[in-house]
Amino acid sequence: MKRRNFIYLTGVGAAAAMLPAIPVFGKEISPEQALTYIDPAAKKILSDVALNAARSKGATYTDVRVGRYLNQYVVTREDKVENIVNTESYGIGIRVISNGSWGFAATDKMDKDSIAKAAELAVTIAKENARLLREPVKLAPQKGYGEVSWKAPIEKNTFEVPVKEKVDLLLAVNDAAMKGGVDYINSILFAVNEQKYFASTDGSYIDQDIHRIWPTFFITKIDKATGKFETRNALSAPTGKGYEYLDARPQDKIQTASGTLYKGRYDMLEDATQGARQLGEKMKAKSVEPGKYDLVLDPSHLWLTIHESCGHPTELDRVLGYEANYAGTSFLTLDKWESKKFNYGSKEVNITADKTEVGSLGAVGYDDEGVKCGKWDVIKDGILVNYQAIRDQAHILGLNASQGCCYADNWSSVQFQRMANISLQPGKAKLSIADQIKNVEKGIYIVGDGSFSIDQQRYNFQFGGQLYYEIKDGKIAGMLKDVAYQANTQEFWNSCVAICDESDYRLGGSFFDGKGQPGQVSAVSHGSATTRFNKVNVINTARKI
Amino acid sequence: MPILTKAEAKALLTKVLSYSKAEQCEVNLNCSDSGNIRYARNSVSTSGGISANSLVVSSAFGKKLGTATINEFDDASLEKVVRRAEELAQLAPENPEFMPFLSPQEYGADSPTFSPVTAAVTPKDRADAVQASLKQAIDSKLNAAGFLSNSIGCSAMMNSKGLFAYNTSTDVAFNITVRTDDGKGSGYATRGYNDFSKLNAKADTAIAAKKAMSSVTAKAIEPGKYTVILEPTAVAVMLENLFFSMDARQADEGRSFMSKTGGKTKLGEQLVDERVNIYSDPWNPELPTATWSGDGRPQQKVNWIEKGVVKNLYSSRYWAQKTGIKAIPFPAGAIMKGGTKTLEELIKGTEKGILVTRLWYIRTVDPQTLLLTGLTRDGTFYIENGEIKFPVKNFRFNESPIIMLNNLDEIGIAERTVSAESEANYLLPPLRIRDFTFTSLSDAV
Repeated sequence: MKRRNFIYLTGVGAAAAMLPAIPVFGKEISPEQALTYIDPAAKKILSDVALNAARSKGATYTDVRVGRYLNQYVVTREDKVENIVNTESYGIGIRVISNGSWGFAATDKMDKDSIAKAAELAVTIAKENARLLREPVKLAPQKGYGEVSWKAPIEKNTFEVPVKEKVDLLLAVNDAAMKGGVDYINSILFAVNEQKYFASTDGSYIDQDIHRIWPTFFITKIDKATGKFETRNALSAPTGKGYEYLDARPQDKIQTASGTLYKGRYDMLEDATQGARQLGEKMKAKSVEPGKYDLVLDPSHLWLTIHESCGHPTELDRVLGYEANYAGTSFLTLDKWESKKFNYGSKEVNITADKTEVGSLGAVGYDDEGVKCGKWDVIKDGILVNYQAIRDQAHILGLNASQGCCYADNWSSVQFQRMANISLQPGKAKLSIADQIKNVEKGIYIVGDGSFSIDQQRYNFQFGGQLYYEIKDGKIAGMLKDVAYQANTQEFWNSCVAICDESDYRLGGSFFDGKGQPGQVSAVSHGSATTRFNKVNVINTARKI
Repeated sequence: MPILTKAEAKALLTKVLSYSKAEQCEVNLNCSDSGNIRYARNSVSTSGGISANSLVVSSAFGKKLGTATINEFDDASLEKVVRRAEELAQLAPENPEFMPFLSPQEYGADSPTFSPVTAAVTPKDRADAVQASLKQAIDSKLNAAGFLSNSIGCSAMMNSKGLFAYNTSTDVAFNITVRTDDGKGSGYATRGYNDFSKLNAKADTAIAAKKAMSSVTAKAIEPGKYTVILEPTAVAVMLENLFFSMDARQADEGRSFMSKTGGKTKLGEQLVDERVNIYSDPWNPELPTATWSGDGRPQQKVNWIEKGVVKNLYSSRYWAQKTGIKAIPFPAGAIMKGGTKTLEELIKGTEKGILVTRLWYIRTVDPQTLLLTGLTRDGTFYIENGEIKFPVKNFRFNESPIIMLNNLDEIGIAERTVSAESEANYLLPPLRIRDFTFTSLSDAV
């Protein structure tokens, strides 16, 4: 849900004029400051102040996160740089258990007195809330790791690349699209660096350095005679990589009948050029005839369907009702898991949760409550076999350890259960995109993510895309527009009949997945290969006002 | 940290400006202290207290702008942040759309955005309110999940042209979902206030509880076009997508629902039913908002849609200057003029229709027509001959707020409501709409 804030911030979309009124992600700093890391020894001293203060006020468990969150965004349109901002958010969040209840307090005043006061406030809140508890918090055991560290295995730190290089790239991208005949382009390079330090009374002191990057653009073409306009967004994916993501090699490209698709790395300039061409085609595309179609979904599109219809409903806090007041609950209730025979999808469907996949947005060494991360099955041969849990939920699943899904988007936010990378495993038999299309009689091939909406228990969804190609008798028969498909999650995944092989496996993802109150964002990747779903209901979205 | 008084803020910002060597300098100050409590499964889950302040310094040389911020307020830090902004400005590329900072503006009387009662709220006060909500749910053998937060903040700005603005505000947000134990019924209520004493968590929980109990055993009826009554919180999520899209530049550039052929726009044209009047007013006692925007422009009373005609679009200062229009900032709140009928009276006057108490997961499907999709949630009911007959299963809709406001049947009494999507507060009436388009059924409760 926070995606909207991001769009305002970057001036993309209708509400550029709101810019001054929107709170920014953090304070702004100069680029060179972003390269100075805070010494873990200093962070350990601050953490110990909080741990000791909370303990002395009666906390039975405390964890502390000293966080430095850096964002950089470079925003351009056509031939202009609209904004270059570096922001930093630095502070401490202290979470305690006292009288069996959670308490949390955070401050950006990093002197010892202010930290001790924040720890005391966290304990006060916990004690005050204990009278509203039905049962005390039960934490899965967790050993302390001592002083350890983890760094994302990036090749090129985005924050070390000169701003000029980034500006030059985006302006070249804009130029390519404009030469290709688009009327407008907004392009953005967004980079994140989380430098976070975790300490707990279990005896862990964990220093981590996490990087994310998302280059993207939005192009618009207007038919002056009719006033109609169409748009096409970049086919890039936000990733847990460094600036090397923008250094695409031949092996990172997949050539299809529609154009180039990207695997692992991204050629932004090429995508802007082909995007302009495809947008021209989209302007002339046929409006879709509503009805049932076999859908062939590209990973640049399917990641979002996986995110909404499998990632969210398998979050254990939603299943249990902790998100009932906001994001909602889940149709994947515990009885369905206990039965060990709930057919979430067809036998082709194998979905894993993975906090370790290299280059993914969700990859970390340890989660935000000091649990070492791993990988596990969620849907196995179509059957629901597991969820995503954190320390105070593990006992509900009969687990004696957390699955490591705890995350807070800032030092000032309390950590809670967030989605792991949830990915559809590729098919075992050799199958290419061309093979998938060849096998379809009446279908639509969809590339790129578009409009998305799903109900609060994750049954009914509607998705659009960026590019829609009609498939007739095994061949692409031109582009369509005004396409959206509506389905029921279980019926949809049971209509999954074929998944391309490993060579087509690609990651998509979200930079701004919203959840919780107060709202927090998280970044998560979803892998898949091109997948076919039979007889899905497609609607026509064209209207007149 | 207690928030700064007007005199303290003025003294601080004056000191910051005294360090400036740039052609122009502007300083914004924001401080906030907030607390929240969250509960679910009839038990408290997470809660917290957060304190954060920031000072933003913008320095300009010609059309080159640099910005830096800091959250330490000693003299050395203040001077450092000014120097840093100036260094960045010297390094920045020229921005052809840069606008010089504003001269002093007239903001009119202060708006009553601050409540001392809210400023004095303690963790105990929050826990007491939640305890009352939980008791209401538990006594009714229902399951409650809710969220209560309160905050106090100040914002101030000053620039080298002599502009100074200051505002304090308090906010209270409360929302509650009550579900039946079997998961077959669900109800919701949401409130936003400046004044904590207006909060009645028990009463709001009772409203959500009533919706939960009466929405059990919902029947499936065919999707299609129905007359609907949208409660104010459902109206909010539809209309805010209209507010978000009223940018002048987007309209002029041909990529908005306001655009017409040949670079023209629908400004000044009748777009919706003539009974539709939408405006913003910072001094409305029910929805007080700041009298200035973050760049120093005054927030005034603005008519956006009057008698169905689009009267104004908001715009950046740059675009307004370029196109010769008034540079109206995006408003801090929006109001739709209400009618005289209560929700009950709207129901009574409905022959056949559906009562929609909440809409959820709203996304734009087509920006050209503002076609939105989303679903009903937490209590949807079938109305026949002026009475609620039975609960119905939730629907997915595909509808444009423009089409919706053309199919307007009746307007109820406006009330302060909250968008469950953006969390923004509005003053909106319930609406009865003809031919609202539901496209499929959902099994969700």
